Amino acid sequence: MKQVEVLIIGAGPAGLSAADILLEAGASVAIVDRSDRVGGQLTKQTHMFFGSQAHYASKRGIDILTILFDKIKHHPNLHMFTNTTVAGLYPDKVVACVQESRYFTLQAKAIIVATGASEKSLPFENNDLPGVYAAGAVQTLMNVYGVKPGDKVLMVGSGNIGLIVTYQLMQAGVIVPMLVEAAETISGYLVHASKIKRLGVDLRMRTSVKRALGTKHVEGAQIWQLDEQWQGIPGTEETIPVDTICLAVGLSPLTELLQQIGAEVTYINELGGHVPRLNDRFETTVDGVFACGDVAGIEEASSAMIAGTIAGLEAALKRGYKIENVAERRASLHASLATLRSGPHAAKIRKGHEKLGVKS
Amino acid sequence: MDHMNPKDIIICRCSDVTLFDLFELFEQGYRSFEELKRIKRVGMGPCQANTCGKMVQWEIAKYFKIPLEEALFHNLRPFTLGIKLKHIKEGSDT
Repeated sequence: MKQVEVLIIGAGPAGLSAADILLEAGASVAIVDRSDRVGGQLTKQTHMFFGSQAHYASKRGIDILTILFDKIKHHPNLHMFTNTTVAGLYPDKVVACVQESRYFTLQAKAIIVATGASEKSLPFENNDLPGVYAAGAVQTLMNVYGVKPGDKVLMVGSGNIGLIVTYQLMQAGVIVPMLVEAAETISGYLVHASKIKRLGVDLRMRTSVKRALGTKHVEGAQIWQLDEQWQGIPGTEETIPVDTICLAVGLSPLTELLQQIGAEVTYINELGGHVPRLNDRFETTVDGVFACGDVAGIEEASSAMIAGTIAGLEAALKRGYKIENVAERRASLHASLATLRSGPHAAKIRKGHEKLGVKS
Repeated sequence: MDHMNPKDIIICRCSDVTLFDLFELFEQGYRSFEELKRIKRVGMGPCQANTCGKMVQWEIAKYFKIPLEEALFHNLRPFTLGIKLKHIKEGSDT
């Protein structure tokens, strides 16, 4: 069995940031990612980021990816395993990997789990009809492969993903007549919502999909209004002629590997689902197993990069490497994270952390 | 106009489990993901409950009027995806 020093699972913003500081400290790093493209969600984020210059503001996600990966890709102590899925994680830090039809095992001294999240789905009639997509899939089709998912799309969900994908669909010449949201207000940034509203998208609050219409493919969507208990109100149905229904109804942390290795997880609705219990060094309840990014609670790429750097720094220290000005660096990273989590849109994250009993 | 028909709502696309199937099991008293999984194979397909898991949890909470946190999830074990025994054997030999 091949021995590796620090194994990072997931080459998204969190995993790449962790790798950077570990390599800088002198550690040997292996990154495993199930995609053949490095970058996780950054590969499809063609929009510009918000925030301060320190957080790559006004840069596009795909360009941030280039910056992150260019810094480390030729490092002699970096071993990349792309197109490789971690199939199992065992308490002795043995990692079962699958690369197409090749099965192999690695053993690590420390592991950083940065697996990200998966998309949530929604129960409505005919929700298995071709033409019903998750928003991330639509973004991958359009921004990674240049494929239009349909000609006329109903967007479901007004978080930032729903709002941004609506705008990107329209940029690609796709018609988005309407966006429905189950809550009373828009849940993403108002600036994104205003942009699509100006372009004529009908934004309907307290509304959801009742059924997808069509036999072989989506030919329309029936929507209905929701009452205070989130139940559909019979008699309020409307038919919207679309060929695609795009679900942007939230993300859920991919903690299955953490659960396999025995790390304690707790269900926190505000953070998207089951999240690991972490100490202030971002280490799980399993010694030497760290977690960062969306797998530790749904946020966004800017905080994933900082959390990844913190996890990488702590893993390096744990392995006995020296990091210059470590106290100041640690303090400034935690301060950056606190700043990103201080706005009104991060209220949910703060509430989730409070339930979990950790500082935001 | 009526309510939604649970027979037309797919919860687990890997194993073709509908909301109606879940309701039937709830009526029989099954109320944890682990039980539903053992009887209906919900969450045992290629996605390993990554798509259906949250919907099942939500439906359990709604049906039994309990908080989401109390809707018990299933145990997660290796592997996260299907692997041929042949490939495990080949990989273990090297």
